[in-house]
Amino acid sequence: MKAKIHITLKNGILDPQGQTIQHGLEMLGFTGIRTVRAGKLIEIVFDGISREQAQQATENACKKLLANPVIENYEFVITE
Amino acid sequence: MRFGIVVFPGSNCEHDCYYVLKYVVQQQVRFIWHKERDLREFDAIVLPGGFSYGDYLRTGAIARFSPVMEEVVKFAQRGGLVIGICNGFQILCEAGLLPGALVRNAGVRFVAKSVYLKVENSATPFTRHCTSQVLKMPLAHGDGNYYVDKATLRQLQEQRRILWRYCTADGEITAAANPNGALDNIAGIMNETGNVMGLMPHPERACETLLHSADGVQIFQSIVA
Repeated sequence: MKAKIHITLKNGILDPQGQTIQHGLEMLGFTGIRTVRAGKLIEIVFDGISREQAQQATENACKKLLANPVIENYEFVITE
Repeated sequence: MRFGIVVFPGSNCEHDCYYVLKYVVQQQVRFIWHKERDLREFDAIVLPGGFSYGDYLRTGAIARFSPVMEEVVKFAQRGGLVIGICNGFQILCEAGLLPGALVRNAGVRFVAKSVYLKVENSATPFTRHCTSQVLKMPLAHGDGNYYVDKATLRQLQEQRRILWRYCTADGEITAAANPNGALDNIAGIMNETGNVMGLMPHPERACETLLHSADGVQIFQSIVA
């Protein structure tokens, strides 16, 4: 069982990393970019627990440590 | 007063704090390893600057779960003085002892330079001996951009819990004087009960004239007064 967790900065919070990446892409000649936002991808591999347990554990992990609710949103998918 | 300075793996300003507390303001002080749990002997706890746990995940995010932090939270709830400098401020926000969060500097770069801070409230345990209205001291961080939601910001303003704001040498609050994009030029705040304080600049690096500014000592003198 594997959780793929995607953490992003909330809308309205300045994302200077995203802006810098966007600037870099534009310097390279990429056009038509509206915005670039940078986030984090965290993968957790579980052993010996059910999908529901993995779902629950991941939700808890996001709330307690992986994301800071003041500035970040999270979403995740559980795969086999 | 008896001060304890918490040392996390990756702390790097603990000796500066120790020096100032012991030799400049002449108080009792000892280091507290992050695995210790007994804080009964202390009147005040300092969380020093540095890069605890390599700043992995988010600044302060892992340090917050150190065994000692559970006790620091209880210590603060009992009314003990807690001071977070730079990384210490980040840890206090992650631990929920102070509102908001410190995010990446608006200019993306690590900023290390001298700044001026306007003392916005001189009637707190952290500022009562600030005789200057503008304090000069260095800062050095990559994530010092203070952010908090609008409702909490209003609360901070109304309750006069914003203690220092980035300003010019003359005390003017301008966008150009803001080194990291912090909301409302906020450099340091305190909690609602007035016993927990965090600031991004380093007063402990500006406590003797030899270090080109001794303004930082006014903050430590306020605390020990």
